[in-house]
Amino acid sequence: MGEGEESGAVTRTAGPETERSGLGRRDFLNEISAAALGIAGLGAVVVTTRYLSPNALFEPPMTFRAGSPDLYPINSVTYIQDQQVYIVRTAEGFHAVSAVCTHLGCITQWKPDTELIACPCHGSKFKPDGGKLEGPAPRSLPHFAISLTPDGQLLVDKLETVNQGQALRV
Amino acid sequence: MATSTIYAASERLRATRVWKSIFRRGPALTNRTRSIAIFGNLFYHLMPAKVREQSLSVRATYYLGSISFYLFALLAVTGILLMLYYHPAAPQAYLDMKDLRFVVSNGVFLRNLHRVAAHIVVVAVFWHMFHVFYRGGYRPPHEFNWVVGVVLLLLTLFLSYTGYLLPWDQLAFWAITVGTNIISAMPVLGQPIRFLLLGGNLVGENALLRFYVLHCVILPLIAAIFIGVHFWRIRKDGGLTIPENRR
Repeated sequence: MGEGEESGAVTRTAGPETERSGLGRRDFLNEISAAALGIAGLGAVVVTTRYLSPNALFEPPMTFRAGSPDLYPINSVTYIQDQQVYIVRTAEGFHAVSAVCTHLGCITQWKPDTELIACPCHGSKFKPDGGKLEGPAPRSLPHFAISLTPDGQLLVDKLETVNQGQALRV
Repeated sequence: MATSTIYAASERLRATRVWKSIFRRGPALTNRTRSIAIFGNLFYHLMPAKVREQSLSVRATYYLGSISFYLFALLAVTGILLMLYYHPAAPQAYLDMKDLRFVVSNGVFLRNLHRVAAHIVVVAVFWHMFHVFYRGGYRPPHEFNWVVGVVLLLLTLFLSYTGYLLPWDQLAFWAITVGTNIISAMPVLGQPIRFLLLGGNLVGENALLRFYVLHCVILPLIAAIFIGVHFWRIRKDGGLTIPENRR
């Protein structure tokens, strides 16, 4: 048995076939099937990852109408509960301020007696225009794009944020 | 004598063909056949053939790993029973949780068994980790098993976190809102991971269903595999760490 193995090893290393090419048929088939399995595996990972990300979402729409401008008195803050947005009307015009705290996403509340927007979770405080007064919130509340529809209603687009100074004059 | 009659009857039973076909061995009459009965048992096969006497003392482990494992088993059993009454849909999930507390027979007992055991398992796993750490259990040859243990700690916490959403009450909703916002604070990958985890931009029906599947199927399966490796490696690494001065 041992003798046979030895002679086999000798012919394998010194045989004319292996000298002709470094890659045998078996090695070639092994490598090409490993590559095919690798590609198929990678494809499975990509397909599954794509599958995990939903295409249709049943969430509230990001654009909404907030009614006629006459509903909001000058120097008022009105909370739109379904959309988690404050409609703030100042002497300059209208702002749409996010009610979602920039810290960890809790919903802030407008406190009319102190004229502050306060977060119940971790105590952040904001001015009526969304400017940060007290942490732990890292940033001021963002302002969303606000415009008028042709029939004279306020239209808020939560996908677009604008500068704090930008107000809609009516 | 009653005992010898029972003994003789059990020996006769062990000699039958049916018994031998199930247990692969006959009567345990000698020390050799008795030890083979232990070595060849599926439920004992993780146990070492011999252990150091020191590692059997209470102070060696306080049985913290065993306590964690038995709590995991208890959580699996009670969790499966809770699944029989729970629908992972909004707002039905909250109503089912209320039904379990007030309508289903012994539902409040099972739910609290699951809930309290879930709290205790976090404490037990942390305590186990500290105990192993202070005994030097992370040192060679136990380094790999220490890493497996850290993965199991993270799995325990993630199981705890995913289970927290399932009652679908205000506490659950805001805890998951805050928690997933912490994830989204991670640069670049944060937002996509939050979106995949919630199946959307906010904590809604998709999030509830995903957390349910993670909590009831994916995480327990991964944990069971890691627990198996963890136990196997304790044995293969030569048992517990025994401090130098006690060897």
